[in-house]
Amino acid sequence: MSATVEAATEIRPFDVDIPDEALDDLRRRISATNWPEKETVADHSQGVPLELMQELARYWAAEYDWRRVEAQLHTLPQFMTEIDGLDIHFIHVRSPHEHALPLIVNHGWPGSIIEQLKLIDRLTNPTAHGGTANDAFDLVIPSMPGYGFSGKPTSTGWGPERMARAWAELMSRLGYTGYVAQGGDWGAFVVDQMGLQAPAGLLAIHTNYPGAVPVDVYEVLLGGGPAPSGLSAEEQRAYEQLDKTFKQKVAYAKYMAARPQTLYGIADSPVGLAAWLLDHDDGGGEPATAVVEALSRSRSATGELTRDEVLDNITLFWLTKTGVSASRLYWEYKGGFWDAKGVSIPVAVSVFPNEAYQAPRSWTERAYPNLIYFNEVDKGGHFAAWEQPQLFSEEVRAGFRSLR
Amino acid sequence: MTTIDTTTDIRPFTIAFSDEELDDLRRRIEMTRWPDKELVGDASQGVQVALLQEIARYWTDEYDWRKLEDKLNALPQYTTEIEGLGIHFIHVKSPHENALPLLITHGWPGSVIEMLEVIGPLSDPTAHGGDGEDAFDVVIPSLPGYGFSEAPTEVGWNAGRIAAAWAELMHRLGYTHYVAQGGDQGAGVTDALGRLAPGELLGVHFNLLSAAPRELLMASLNLRLAFSSEDREQLKKVLNVFMRGYIAEMGEHPQTVGYPFADSPIGLAAWMLDHDADSYAKISHAFLDGQVSGNLTREHVLDNITLYWLTNTATSAARLYWEGSRATAAALKDPPPHLTIPVGYTVFPDELFQAPRHWLKSAYHNLVYFNVAEKGGHFAAWEEPEIFAAEMRAGFASLRRKEGYS
Repeated sequence: MSATVEAATEIRPFDVDIPDEALDDLRRRISATNWPEKETVADHSQGVPLELMQELARYWAAEYDWRRVEAQLHTLPQFMTEIDGLDIHFIHVRSPHEHALPLIVNHGWPGSIIEQLKLIDRLTNPTAHGGTANDAFDLVIPSMPGYGFSGKPTSTGWGPERMARAWAELMSRLGYTGYVAQGGDWGAFVVDQMGLQAPAGLLAIHTNYPGAVPVDVYEVLLGGGPAPSGLSAEEQRAYEQLDKTFKQKVAYAKYMAARPQTLYGIADSPVGLAAWLLDHDDGGGEPATAVVEALSRSRSATGELTRDEVLDNITLFWLTKTGVSASRLYWEYKGGFWDAKGVSIPVAVSVFPNEAYQAPRSWTERAYPNLIYFNEVDKGGHFAAWEQPQLFSEEVRAGFRSLR
Repeated sequence: MTTIDTTTDIRPFTIAFSDEELDDLRRRIEMTRWPDKELVGDASQGVQVALLQEIARYWTDEYDWRKLEDKLNALPQYTTEIEGLGIHFIHVKSPHENALPLLITHGWPGSVIEMLEVIGPLSDPTAHGGDGEDAFDVVIPSLPGYGFSEAPTEVGWNAGRIAAAWAELMHRLGYTHYVAQGGDQGAGVTDALGRLAPGELLGVHFNLLSAAPRELLMASLNLRLAFSSEDREQLKKVLNVFMRGYIAEMGEHPQTVGYPFADSPIGLAAWMLDHDADSYAKISHAFLDGQVSGNLTREHVLDNITLYWLTNTATSAARLYWEGSRATAAALKDPPPHLTIPVGYTVFPDELFQAPRHWLKSAYHNLVYFNVAEKGGHFAAWEEPEIFAAEMRAGFASLRRKEGYS
């Protein structure tokens, strides 16, 4: 009898093992793609352009090597544990340094643990990356339910609130009694919820996608009206960025919020999936400028995003068949997007210049009354950890420094 | 010197897809990689796996495209180049003299397939319970980017430009008087044609209110008007149409959704089936328990989806929403002229919303016909061709008399 009890909280080692057949099938499907005709514009205004997709597909089928990232994943300590009835996959790397601060980092959509891989050594082994032993973290990187190697929910209810509770359980199960949490995109929603739930052991959160818009301003924004009077120049700019985002950039999110199951095409077509996942904006454009630039970058000495990394993430979605299950997170969530949620525990915020909006300090201070860190950095966008891992790591170190 | 005037030439057209194309479609359906089942017991997350898997089975095992091809090839079909674009149309002249020429425009996710069963009742009423005085010559074009019409390769083919092309088409066919009808996107084109008001156009009929945004907004947001519970109920239905997300997505990034449509027959089918709750429920019954609603049979539903697949037009068709969102924004700044020619309107009880008569009168000052049909939904002509044909006869009867037809 005790065996069944243990099984529920057991932490099992996990390794990735994709059969050759799955990779052959993927390659075959990419090569057999039936294409639409070219867009009728010379820019990205009708979505991901045909030429970009065809070049990506050519590289994906002919040159891209999934086994390279799989080998990298093999070197990492990965685990699986059942929480709230669902298998949760996570990477767990302990720092060689004593007194490292435990940190759980939560990815977003259209992302996965792939976004966080370059953080691992920088955060757990800071002395090799310009930091000191006092900057060390023990790092936990889970795959959200329905994403990557985590289980796919078979019933409704797995929104950010439930994930936040699951992450608290995970950290507790790992024996951490004092830890911090970090997130961007959906990960930011989850860490905001962790902040609201304030589980025992959670010391603070860091977000690079803050819900900072004051509730009264957010209501005006939802109504699509002009900015309310009395905003500072910074606030006015943020308002206009979000107004544009709401009006012109989030149809994909509206669709997934309404009809995620209808996206059969992204389960069946690798190129269809790739286009759907690429169609996320940053402050520079849609698809995200950082991602488009990465598609012409074959390697990077400084950790900037490369074409292979973009395909690692897309290929992970394909191989784990999680295009639709990941979309369901939008359907599950019924709350606001950039409104202040009322988090009162300590919060650190980093503002990246090419994120969809730059949260003004004034709004951030109101949204997070216990703001322990606020910084505007000079490069990086929506996929900050992926794009600028060194800068991002420095932000996480600085953000949580006062808690050590 | 054989200088044929190809630009206004009207050429006969027939359809012939190769066996290879049909085999490829069947193979792709069979190789479909399916997502997991939805997490709910209804269609609230989208098209249900059980329905789509039955459609896939029927599509590969029983469905026969060649039957539709024969049906289309038995009709007089033509193409003609208008403004640089090859326009496909069906043109059936009535055996009755003084028949009233009628231009019918389909919508999304539709095609000329929606209109095939109304051709007989409209052009040959005596064979369908009407009399010769009800006869129409019928012109049914494929929208640019849809079916067998060519897809625009440049921006600007919005409802207004399509309407101008339709006026040219009717002119080219030699019609000096005609009427026009449309629902869905076809209502947008027909509305634009009404505002363009070519001298030959006697009147228009709609089965969906797609009037210029300013007038619809005024009609729906005017507090004095939007006071009744009926208004509130119908406004909620209008909002629900937009809440389904497909209009936003195709209006914003048609190219992005085009990739899964072009590459996955099942992906395409799902997107097209998920238009509205009523037609989804009816189609679901047709496939899962054999309860067919009118003419919305399994075969007819797949005729339309297969047409999109074989012509690879899902992306170009979606682009009409992108054009539409730009045109709407422009119309808000610079409103189009009023529509002053006579307007007929039929409310189908299962349509997306049932436009109250006063919304219509606010949008169209010259409303000459208004009726609530006994049954039928968004795809009215497709689902209930006899009722739809009867509405055309009744809706345009007054114009016929005025202009001395029959």
